[in-house]
Amino acid sequence: MDAVLLEELANRAMNVRRDVVSMIGVARSGYVASSLSAADVLVWLYGAVLSIRPEEPLWEGRDRFVFDKASASPALYAVLAERGFFGRDALWGYRRMGSTLQAFADSRRTPGVDASCGSLGMGPGVSFGLAAALRDMEPAARVFCFVGENELSEGAVWEVVTDENARRLGNLTLIVDRNGLRVSGAGESPDPLEGRFKAFSWAVARADGHDMRALDAALASLPSDRARVLIAATTGGKGIPSLERNPSANFLLDRQTTDDLLKELEGGGR
Amino acid sequence: MKSLKDAYMDALLSLAGTRPDLFFLDAGVGAACGNRFGREYPERCMNVSAAEQNMVLTAAGMALAGRCVYAGAYSSFLVGRAYEQIRSSVALPKLSVHFASFHAGLTAGEEGATRQMLEDISLTRNFPGMAIFMPSDYTSARALLCKAADLEGPSYTRLGRSERPLIYAPGDSSFRVGGGRILREGDQITLCACGIMVKEALKAAEVLDQQDISAEVIDCYCLSPFPARLVLASLQRTGCCATAEEHFLPGGLFEIVAGLAAREYPVPVQPVGVKSGFGQSGSTEDLREYYGLTAAQIVSAAVLAWTMRRR
Repeated sequence: MDAVLLEELANRAMNVRRDVVSMIGVARSGYVASSLSAADVLVWLYGAVLSIRPEEPLWEGRDRFVFDKASASPALYAVLAERGFFGRDALWGYRRMGSTLQAFADSRRTPGVDASCGSLGMGPGVSFGLAAALRDMEPAARVFCFVGENELSEGAVWEVVTDENARRLGNLTLIVDRNGLRVSGAGESPDPLEGRFKAFSWAVARADGHDMRALDAALASLPSDRARVLIAATTGGKGIPSLERNPSANFLLDRQTTDDLLKELEGGGR
Repeated sequence: MKSLKDAYMDALLSLAGTRPDLFFLDAGVGAACGNRFGREYPERCMNVSAAEQNMVLTAAGMALAGRCVYAGAYSSFLVGRAYEQIRSSVALPKLSVHFASFHAGLTAGEEGATRQMLEDISLTRNFPGMAIFMPSDYTSARALLCKAADLEGPSYTRLGRSERPLIYAPGDSSFRVGGGRILREGDQITLCACGIMVKEALKAAEVLDQQDISAEVIDCYCLSPFPARLVLASLQRTGCCATAEEHFLPGGLFEIVAGLAAREYPVPVQPVGVKSGFGQSGSTEDLREYYGLTAAQIVSAAVLAWTMRRR
């Protein structure tokens, strides 16, 4: 990844973080820390990985992105607006009745959302079906699925991981936002999560989820003859020091708190 | 006598040639993958074994990629275990996924209470936009399963386990979404039945005829959308009704018909269905006797409704 693109993506990530805090502030509810841990991975995916056409969201040859980490929906919305799938004005309607931006991404309402989320842990199964159906297309479309740690507690995820048909799909990549907020063992070395995927013959790589160059290298290192997992080690509330220290205090934001968080972001976010 | 599992496989075989977008998933039932269909179209079917949640989600993903997907599983595990996957990933986005539900009801027989799903209609009927079929025989099951492929949203078809006599002539294909069929005309009581109880309703109509009560028998093979106008027109002719279903009374055919009557044309409606709790192991015939799913029970319910009618 060249330095110009890296600089550009870092700027986008800053804008996305600013939009996330503002959206949740305007809506008065939403998960800030979860959205901020996901922001860099999403900016990187939409800026340097996914083959997509924002002006033609349903282009048949696009890579599919199944967003399963429902709590980070504000970060996805900010990235989609930034990429031009819809106007930024829509961001301020987040969670309001009639809005295109529901609490959790809804494929029937929001351009650029390939599959709805909200019910945890359904994304990997949906991605399995998408990848199996798209495998024989020309050019073969890839499927990326983004999950957080809560999603990995759901049994349905592991029905996919252990499925012998799924593990053969080289066009299927699971990206885990490993921010350590929920699952025990996130800080252990080696990460027990890696072993769980490896035990069922998935290819596993790991990178700092806030370092786009490292994410790029880790993705490139994965073989394409079987299903892949990229574990992105992240920090909940990344970019806002007080949230990084206490990432669970993040659901309801009043105006003062929103302003304080934005100031903190501007001061220490880079 | 023909099984509805054969109807499923035959419907898939007849569809596969004309619909290259069709795909078939199987959660260890062996209804598509392990038999003739799987041998002829190995690239068009996949068995995810006993992982119903995974099967439903995979079907949703394939439908999002533009496929029309049939997914077969045992009823309890499909509707029970994977209910939320059906709700969030298929029904809510209205995807073209067609569920075939095996071993439902008392026809699961010796398999016992965990397999004898008697609340599947109640659960699936609540999904807005999902077509619900409960065919009575091979002919109607095959025709309805073929019709499902043209739907823009999802469907659920209850296929039991046992072999059944034919109600309809082989090749009859005049079944439709939102339809029912008058199998016998009468003007003194309406008998609404679905699934295995259609045959019993026809037997009951013979008995009622000997008592000079002329019964109209309607096969309510489509439970959602319900053939309301057909049934309502019959209620207006007869003024009373009995229903018969292999299902718990809450949420099934009885409540559909009683609700329709209450809203549009109040007449007495008496039910035949499973009233005494979960099932148990036993032969289907013994269980049907024990739980009251017989022609004799339909006759009793019909006579009660008939005596309650307004004169």
